[in-house]
Amino acid sequence: MTDVSLGGTRETDTIKAGYLADMRRKRMYSGILLVVFFVLLAAGFGLADSRNAGGFWDGLSRIFDFPAELIAEAIAKGAALPANLVRYVPAMIETINIAAVSTLLGAIAASVLSLLSTRGFARWPRLIGLFRRLMDVMRALPEIVIALVLIFVLGGGPVPAMISIAIHTAGALGKQFSEVNENADLKPVEGLASVGATWMQRMWLGVLPQVAPNYLSYALMRFEINVRASAILGFVGAGGIGEELRVAISWGTGRYDAAAAIFILLFLTIVAIDQLSSHFRHRLVGTH
Amino acid sequence: MAIVSSLGDIGAIRRAAVDGFARKRRWALLVPAMILAYLVYIAFAFNVPELLQRARVDNAQILLADTVSHKVHVTRDNRSGDMTVAIEGENKGTYPGNAWPAWVSRQGDATVVDLGNGHEVRFEGDTLFYGVPNVGTVEIVRGDGGIELSVPLGLPAEWVNASNSRVSITSPAARMSVTRNRSEVFRYFGGWELFFFTLDSPFHYMSWGELASSVVSGEQIREGQTNLSAMLSDFWGNAMWRHSDVAWAIFETILMAFLGTFGAAIVALPLAFLAARNFSVSLLARFGVRRLFDFLRGLDGLIWTIILSRAFGPGPLTGSLAMLITDTGTFGKLFSEALENVDKKQIEGVRSTGANTLQQCRFGVIPQVSPVILSQMLYYLESNTRSATVIGALVGGGIGLLLTQAIQTQKDWEEVTYYVVLVLIMVSAMDMFSGWLRTQLIGNQRHGKSV
Repeated sequence: MTDVSLGGTRETDTIKAGYLADMRRKRMYSGILLVVFFVLLAAGFGLADSRNAGGFWDGLSRIFDFPAELIAEAIAKGAALPANLVRYVPAMIETINIAAVSTLLGAIAASVLSLLSTRGFARWPRLIGLFRRLMDVMRALPEIVIALVLIFVLGGGPVPAMISIAIHTAGALGKQFSEVNENADLKPVEGLASVGATWMQRMWLGVLPQVAPNYLSYALMRFEINVRASAILGFVGAGGIGEELRVAISWGTGRYDAAAAIFILLFLTIVAIDQLSSHFRHRLVGTH
Repeated sequence: MAIVSSLGDIGAIRRAAVDGFARKRRWALLVPAMILAYLVYIAFAFNVPELLQRARVDNAQILLADTVSHKVHVTRDNRSGDMTVAIEGENKGTYPGNAWPAWVSRQGDATVVDLGNGHEVRFEGDTLFYGVPNVGTVEIVRGDGGIELSVPLGLPAEWVNASNSRVSITSPAARMSVTRNRSEVFRYFGGWELFFFTLDSPFHYMSWGELASSVVSGEQIREGQTNLSAMLSDFWGNAMWRHSDVAWAIFETILMAFLGTFGAAIVALPLAFLAARNFSVSLLARFGVRRLFDFLRGLDGLIWTIILSRAFGPGPLTGSLAMLITDTGTFGKLFSEALENVDKKQIEGVRSTGANTLQQCRFGVIPQVSPVILSQMLYYLESNTRSATVIGALVGGGIGLLLTQAIQTQKDWEEVTYYVVLVLIMVSAMDMFSGWLRTQLIGNQRHGKSV
């Protein structure tokens, strides 16, 4: 009896010791990992700092110089601000249009691509892999690459930006749409197939009604992203508010009131679009 | 009575169903019609018809041809009479005068360029003769008064583009142009030129078989260096394709994404505690931090990039800080939502053992939110690699800079193609890496969800 209980205690002791050693090892590993991570981060910042034209600590004190200058000038010329705001509204609308039309075209392409690459819905099941790779490539292409190439061929303006954002959107939304498709019910499609519906009819009547709310929600989120992307592309010559911003900034000191007006317009638009889109997304898919 | 009423019900249900169908059918027509109307509006707003007329189809052809081929310039400086043969007309691709390719030869004072398929160009003094098989010889004479052109009968008119100061001919075999200062012939070849070794490297003149055998043979081509290391250093220092610079640029782009993403996460996590309803110390702090997040996100990456490059100058640090600031807003929002969804019970359990606030956070909260936070961070790492390419073009760092430079010079499309392929590989690799790391760290979440 005593022997057994003694053996039991010894066993618990070894288990306890083993557990504590395990814990120590685990903690040591995660501690080392954390230290390595922070060292990498610090070294990375040091490296980036040394490759930068201006240093971090020098720049830190000057970080508010430009905004201060901008704000001071905007206040000094406060009377001109409403006129400036109105003046850049058409460019802002162009940027929003670029984002909207590229989201629209990209979403249409993405729904077709995602249906073609989902098992159970695919028109040509053998080609599923091909369509998936196609979406991967479209998603991986940064917008600026296609935009700059198209600017060379088509000349500056909104169309190159529109096409390049649409291509990226088709890839990015295609992936999200495929995830939605995977959770869709196959039964309506089978029912439609049993009464002789074509592939188009099966997708249009059997799948799209199920997935439409999620598709719309993802497309709205992509629209927010695309407004930002089209503003950035404008900066490299693709029209819209970004191009006006580059011009306004290149005028330099004394003309920053225009740049300030564009900043305000861009900020308000982005915040408004974020709010609107999250409102509609809440209504479409409930919480999230 | 009951039958009549139920019949009435059925009638009402049927009417409702028919109305419903009709309404849905109207919508099914209305939505595509609205989309079409919007696209028509856009076509006019963006001036698409005019754009199609303006489109430079010739530019597109140059671009496509250039991505898969390269040209060699045979140039005569018309002032000094010197001849040069150079790949893409670049200094670093110039053949030494005694080692021209076989299709360019000296015949006395004249230089003869064999363009293949019977096409031949002769540079003789100030005259350029272009022999076209079955047609005759084109003569372009550069005189003091201007450039004179005599064309044989039967030469396709669309080949020639001539004015008093410049004559250019584009035939299927080659392209040539004569101006006051220089006469040039371009011959096209398939493939990317000098991708591995430039002309000054001895390895350029070897075939694949010779290269392989020189690696294993003991004879040193360059004194004091094994052949393999000489080969690698020649490849790495290739002046035409700048492999070392490109590799560095790719690294810099990934570095920007890494610093931006993880820096933002480190800044956002403590702030997210202040912004979460269940952890916030005061209502005012919560409101303030949440508006700060909105502000950081709303003031777009573009604006941050401009403001920061004013302070820090162009470079990778500016790019990473711009991403760091924008993502702090995004992460702050996402993390605080994750924190609001934590289970109180675990924290209470930790508190019951006498843990202080910091320990409660470390052992009660962090284990619950870390899967969500890690997975968000890794998603953003991948997407930020792509953003870093774009931001790099704005702030002058990384592969984005090389790409925009190559595109803006408008001649090295094979380099553009190369960079695009590298960017695709880089983004896909980061995608796979972040996916792999996510499964390693937190298991396959998607799988668990779908079950």
